[in-house]
Amino acid sequence: MFGQQLLEGLGAGAGYAALALALVLTYRFTGIVNFAQGELAMLATYVAWQLVDSGMPYWAALPVTVAVAFLAGVVTERTVMRRVEDRAGELTLVATTIGLYVTVNAIAALVWTSALRAFPSPFPDGPAGVSALVAACVAGPVLGAVALVVRHTGLGLVMRAVAADPRSARLSGVRVGRVLALGWGAASAIGAVSGVLLAPILFLEPTMMTGVLVYSFAAATLGGLDSAPGAVAGGLIVGVTETLAGTYLGFVGADLKIAVPLVLIVAVLLLRPQGLFGSAPVERA
Amino acid sequence: MNTVPGLVPAGHRRLPVGQAAGDRRQVWPWRRAGLGALAAGAVALPFVLPPYLLFQATLVLVYAVALLGLDLVVGRGGQISLGHGAFFGVGAYTAAVMIAQFGLPYPLTLPVAALLTFGLGWAAGLPALRLRGLYLAMVTFAVAVVLPPLLKRFPAITGGAMGMPVPTPRAPVLDDDQWVYFLVLGVTVTAFAGIRNLTASRGGRALTAIREHRAAAEVLGMRPATHMTHAFAWSAMYAGTAGALYTWTAGFVSPDSFALSLSITLLAGVVIGGPATLTGALLGAFVVMGVPAVARELNPAAPGVISGLLIVLVVYAAPTGLTGLLRRAAWSVAGRRT
Repeated sequence: MFGQQLLEGLGAGAGYAALALALVLTYRFTGIVNFAQGELAMLATYVAWQLVDSGMPYWAALPVTVAVAFLAGVVTERTVMRRVEDRAGELTLVATTIGLYVTVNAIAALVWTSALRAFPSPFPDGPAGVSALVAACVAGPVLGAVALVVRHTGLGLVMRAVAADPRSARLSGVRVGRVLALGWGAASAIGAVSGVLLAPILFLEPTMMTGVLVYSFAAATLGGLDSAPGAVAGGLIVGVTETLAGTYLGFVGADLKIAVPLVLIVAVLLLRPQGLFGSAPVERA
Repeated sequence: MNTVPGLVPAGHRRLPVGQAAGDRRQVWPWRRAGLGALAAGAVALPFVLPPYLLFQATLVLVYAVALLGLDLVVGRGGQISLGHGAFFGVGAYTAAVMIAQFGLPYPLTLPVAALLTFGLGWAAGLPALRLRGLYLAMVTFAVAVVLPPLLKRFPAITGGAMGMPVPTPRAPVLDDDQWVYFLVLGVTVTAFAGIRNLTASRGGRALTAIREHRAAAEVLGMRPATHMTHAFAWSAMYAGTAGALYTWTAGFVSPDSFALSLSITLLAGVVIGGPATLTGALLGAFVVMGVPAVARELNPAAPGVISGLLIVLVVYAAPTGLTGLLRRAAWSVAGRRT
């Protein structure tokens, strides 16, 4: 029983970790939290569902979905975010991502209606959580490869330069706009993985990712908003905590599980605001 | 000191811009005339509008009160709250439970809802020193998501997922809906006057200073944490008051009326109306109530698409909101900057 719960928690946690990773990526590159990250992932999951529904095998649909999500991220950055990125002020940027959130959500409801849909699981016979866990085991090495690219190649160096200081990077001849678009695309692609991992557990509907976004906020805050390994660790911790609290704490139950991440965020911010692996911010006037 | 033409020496009555001393031209009192016309229109409204539109107009006023409060945090304080729908919901449920479960008279619910949400806002604002910027936005987002399941959790008090009907105020003189409109109008006018004084007060000016330059404000002796906590508490109180008014108007509360989308609507109202302005609250409330109502005629999903695009468009093209646009239009017509 406990092992089963643990497995389920890790499976859900893998999904939260992926979305948290996407949030951290966007944060590293542009310094904002993208409230529309979950909705972009939801849109990609609908694309995957449409592909599988029209007869494409699951494992062929997955890379296509990720590619579509990547493109969607690039297009969003180039068409919408680019227009407001140079304006100072968090309100402008957050309001824009909120506007995106509302728009994408409504478009999904318009195209696919708000009916609940069952999403195919890659391993229909295995117990709940196993499929997500196996998928996570595939995703692990891929992420490791991405980390190697970021650490040891010229492209990675350019990306790190933009993340560290866009203005200096631009003065050194880096095409900052392209790198930002690449960052948004990568974040969106990783977010799509999160949507596909979680859809078999949650069922597919336009508001599917709203709760997941809260869990991912908790994961990113717990791991440190600027730390990619922290986001993954945070996601797994949040997934396990949430599942165990829902099962063993009578008061929490299934419907109040969503309060667990809120308590976690507030606790982390009060006790260790930079998170487990994040760097403490240095403030300059 | 050089004498500049038109500059009035200190101690004299300030002349309107563009008028030199000794000028006998009359200056039309635009401000007072505008306010007078607005007041006359507001009083006449319930006698000309059909019941459904009057209901909508009352809701616009209710939203305006909530937007005034949210603007204190967003416009004046420069912080982002996505959780004011939750305060609105707590205010609405406080009024609903007091009237429907305990049978208390409705005027009593307003101060109780206001006090309760003031306290909640205070408690939520206490960690404001840590919960700045994006963290505040994320935490308040989570609060907005958590409130509906929390309300559904205690069906004995809140009526559960089905919500509960609440008797609306009975009118001693007019029709019931006209009476509620005037009640709400009275509270709205008081709320506007309150915010006007609040933002001109020591704390209000400190809030603007902190938004503009935190370090400079701190050096001048303002405590950002204290002022933000105060602002958040007042702001929550406005949202809670609006919630109680909502219960009076709608006569029905359900958890899903106070979901995340309400918080997003409120933030959109502030951004669209124009942050840090009084008229912005009214204009924003009008737009966030009116645009979806019109768009719903086209398609059930159209309000979402249009509202979302409207937010992005306003942020991009008119960062000062509709108020800023109107102000610029007025300047170009009048040919001067007032």
